Amino acid sequence: MTDWPILSTVTFLPLVGAFLILLIRDEGDGARRNIRNVALLTTVFTFVLSLFIWAGFDNANPGFQMVEQRPWLDSGLSYHMGVDGISMLFVILTTFLMPLCILASWQSVEKRVKEYMIAFLLLETLMIGVFCALDLVLFYVFFEAGLIPMFIIIGVWGGKRRVYASFKFFLYTLLGSVLMLLAIMAMYFQAGTTDIPTLLTHDFPQNMQTWLWLAFFASFAVKMPMWPVHTWLPDAHVEAPTAGSVILAGILLKMGGYGFLRFSLPMFPDASAYFAPFVFTLSVVAIIYTSLVALMQEDIKKLIAYSSVAHMGYVTMGIFAMNQEGIQGSIFQMLSHGLVSGALFLCVGVIYDRTHTREIAAYGGLVNNMPKYAVAFLIFTMANVGLPGTSGFVGELLTLLGVFKFNTWVAFFAATGVILSAAYALWLYRKVIFGTLTKESLKGLLDLSPREKTVLYPLIVLVIFFGVYPAPVLDATAASVEALVNNITVSLDAAKTAALH
Amino acid sequence: MTPELSASLWLAAPELIVAVGAMALLMIGVFSGERANTTANGLAVALLLAACAWIVLFQGDGEAFGGSFVSDPFARFMKVLTLLGSVVTLIMSVGFAKAEKFDKFEYPVLIMLATLGMMLMISANDMIALYLGLELQSLALYVVAAINRDNVRSTEAGLKYFVLGALSSGMLLYGISLVYGYTGNIGFEAIASALAGHERQLGLVFGLVFVLAGLAFKISAVPFHMWTPDVYEGAPTPVTAFFAAAPKMAAMALLVRVTVGAFQPVATDWQQIIIFISIASMALGSFAAIAQRNIKRLMAYSSIGHMGYALVGLAANSEAGVRGVAIYMTIYLVMTLGTFAFILAMRRKDGNVEQIGDLAGLSATNPVMATILTILMFSLAGIPPLAGFWGKWYVFLAAIDARLYALAVIGVVTSVVGAYYYLRIIKIMWFDEPVGGFQPMAGELRLVLGASGAFVLLYVFFGAPIGRMAEAAAKSLF
Repeated sequence: MTDWPILSTVTFLPLVGAFLILLIRDEGDGARRNIRNVALLTTVFTFVLSLFIWAGFDNANPGFQMVEQRPWLDSGLSYHMGVDGISMLFVILTTFLMPLCILASWQSVEKRVKEYMIAFLLLETLMIGVFCALDLVLFYVFFEAGLIPMFIIIGVWGGKRRVYASFKFFLYTLLGSVLMLLAIMAMYFQAGTTDIPTLLTHDFPQNMQTWLWLAFFASFAVKMPMWPVHTWLPDAHVEAPTAGSVILAGILLKMGGYGFLRFSLPMFPDASAYFAPFVFTLSVVAIIYTSLVALMQEDIKKLIAYSSVAHMGYVTMGIFAMNQEGIQGSIFQMLSHGLVSGALFLCVGVIYDRTHTREIAAYGGLVNNMPKYAVAFLIFTMANVGLPGTSGFVGELLTLLGVFKFNTWVAFFAATGVILSAAYALWLYRKVIFGTLTKESLKGLLDLSPREKTVLYPLIVLVIFFGVYPAPVLDATAASVEALVNNITVSLDAAKTAALH
Repeated sequence: MTPELSASLWLAAPELIVAVGAMALLMIGVFSGERANTTANGLAVALLLAACAWIVLFQGDGEAFGGSFVSDPFARFMKVLTLLGSVVTLIMSVGFAKAEKFDKFEYPVLIMLATLGMMLMISANDMIALYLGLELQSLALYVVAAINRDNVRSTEAGLKYFVLGALSSGMLLYGISLVYGYTGNIGFEAIASALAGHERQLGLVFGLVFVLAGLAFKISAVPFHMWTPDVYEGAPTPVTAFFAAAPKMAAMALLVRVTVGAFQPVATDWQQIIIFISIASMALGSFAAIAQRNIKRLMAYSSIGHMGYALVGLAANSEAGVRGVAIYMTIYLVMTLGTFAFILAMRRKDGNVEQIGDLAGLSATNPVMATILTILMFSLAGIPPLAGFWGKWYVFLAAIDARLYALAVIGVVTSVVGAYYYLRIIKIMWFDEPVGGFQPMAGELRLVLGASGAFVLLYVFFGAPIGRMAEAAAKSLF
């Protein structure tokens, strides 16, 4: 079992599923059912397999595990895969959310089912690849290629302004990434390799670090997204189909944070320390400003999108606090946000499928005829606010702790975001769920179907489980984060002593 | 025959195959009358493939004809590309020529003569050989552009191309005469050694500028690109495909050999020029294409932009740079031929269409065609893991290595702008409502489009041999 290339298997299994779907003739309902079943089976099977990664993962080992390496294309590049405490859980998050996405699109996607499922499976392969890649170029290839299926998903199955949203999404993120590509090339010449484990131990000259850091920042800040380059996100979220929003919020946004942790911090520690105040400023602005913007929204999805930007503010803040609590908190916050925001978009999808509107004003009093839905939505709203006992609390608490150690004022301003998030989230909940059921269009709505329960209930269980007992996640990440923090401290101290002499 | 002459002829055997073959085909065509086109086309393909096989299997290194003809790995690499470009366009033109009634036997003959000119350009090792090859190619191309002589747009394209082409040839000649005047030599190596160790002379810089201007015209780099959109739009589509493919290979090869070979001692001078035309081409290629409605015109701007990217590699003036150019041109050739196979297949009952709007909803009506074109468009935009990304990877890698950071940054930013219009085609095919499908593709077009799509998709797995060959080719120039 040790020699089995489990990471490659998990990564490329969805691609195999996509290929199988390609072979099914797209004619009639039977074929569509087959296509959906193949997609679901593939994603479920991928998820089960990916659990073996977690099972075989050694929490005490801070290095990369289950490593595979093979020469690729050119002398400098290699097909190098592996996971450590930082990346492993993102792989699991991806494989876990995928079957839910497929289930969520079971009935809401009626046209071009075949292309839809192929795009999603392709996207899954690319997303897992991003988190497993241990070669910069390989990482970039997975990172960028993900734009292709997402562009098609938003553009073909999206809402009214889908064309605008898909172009904005594609070009915005592409512009951010091409600068990173140049930085990768510069690193290749500086260090003579694009191998990530080697680069992690390489010392880049200080002024080069600044430029490289900025180039990587351009890419990850857009992906994250950080204020003020977040404007593509609300558009993309609003127009994307439900499952597309889930993937966007749940996983694609995490690539930015993952990128900071994997590259910016360990490879350019001096530049990271130098730019940390800058990142804190942007994060605090993001938390407060986008929370206020969220208060003003009339579209449910847009509100959740802005709330995502605010939550990502905690993540960037925690990462650049550069201590154990902050970074572990960020990772936890990203995973938790992956579950919670995904779940919230799924909740929106549930009522959107019934009424085909996302206007907050079009709803009200749903608790009367959809009690189960009201409970589920309540739990996710509370998790989004960060109520103790939900996973959202752990992440926010840890990041704020980490930031508090670093800078009290930043923590103070960031903490006001918690209040604001409670304001918009509860306001949204009251408008949609509570009140009397007066609108005729809502009176006939049915409560959650068995399929929707299958999608939402596992998420409820996890959100509460990790809120009460976060240890599995924290244990898995501890060793790698500790090593990361140690490395940063060592190189910062070295830079300090060098500056003194 | 002296031993030297026979050795020379032996080295130039592929060129002889094409030259003698073209003349023989002309005779066959003249004497067999009306229905000779298909035969001539088939024979031309066979002869060009034979020349290609000879190059791969038998042609060695060396110089011939008193040093004016050279055969080295770089020449062979680019010649194979050129020949493949010619062969594929000939194959693609069969169906179109019949439908549009320009199935004259002169067409394959002219293509062969143009190809011969290109082969001589690639192997040129002095200024005279350079000029002769270039003129042979150009004269054949002028006629080919106007081959559909009853069509106004085609004749207009031919005339435009001729007037501007003659002007550029004049500039090139003038430049050559200045270079000769200041160095006293016409051989590339001799020019290089005459320049080395001397104070740079102003007159020589003038000569250099004129030579580069003449060559930039042939690769349609900005600011010598004016003819490209009109000729691309006006010429019959198979001819446009040919223009976009083979001559670009030859002219780029020639430009590389002249700059890194003959003018190596004054590299800092020509690097500035190359950097300028590279940036101008990338920018114009991206911005001007946005407003195009006709897909052939769009491809014209696209090709201008792509020449800009290839020049990024040349601007680095390094082995890695030339390798980048060679890989870029290979990938560009395949993508272009695939795209033109698609354009040739844009056919409704009442004839061919060329507007981008005609592609609306194609993913519903012709899903396979639409999917392959989508892959090609993403590749032209340079999105990984497709081949187009790797082309950009190698040229920008060389630019970064040569510390041309500004060029690299401008290059990647224009590539984002360029992505917009490729995305627009994808958008029209996937997001818009169908306006009616195309007729089924002809077999040969299917083959070309499929092969091109497969290459673009699989380069990420199997691209290593191409990289190694390009590396060997680049090594031979330094």
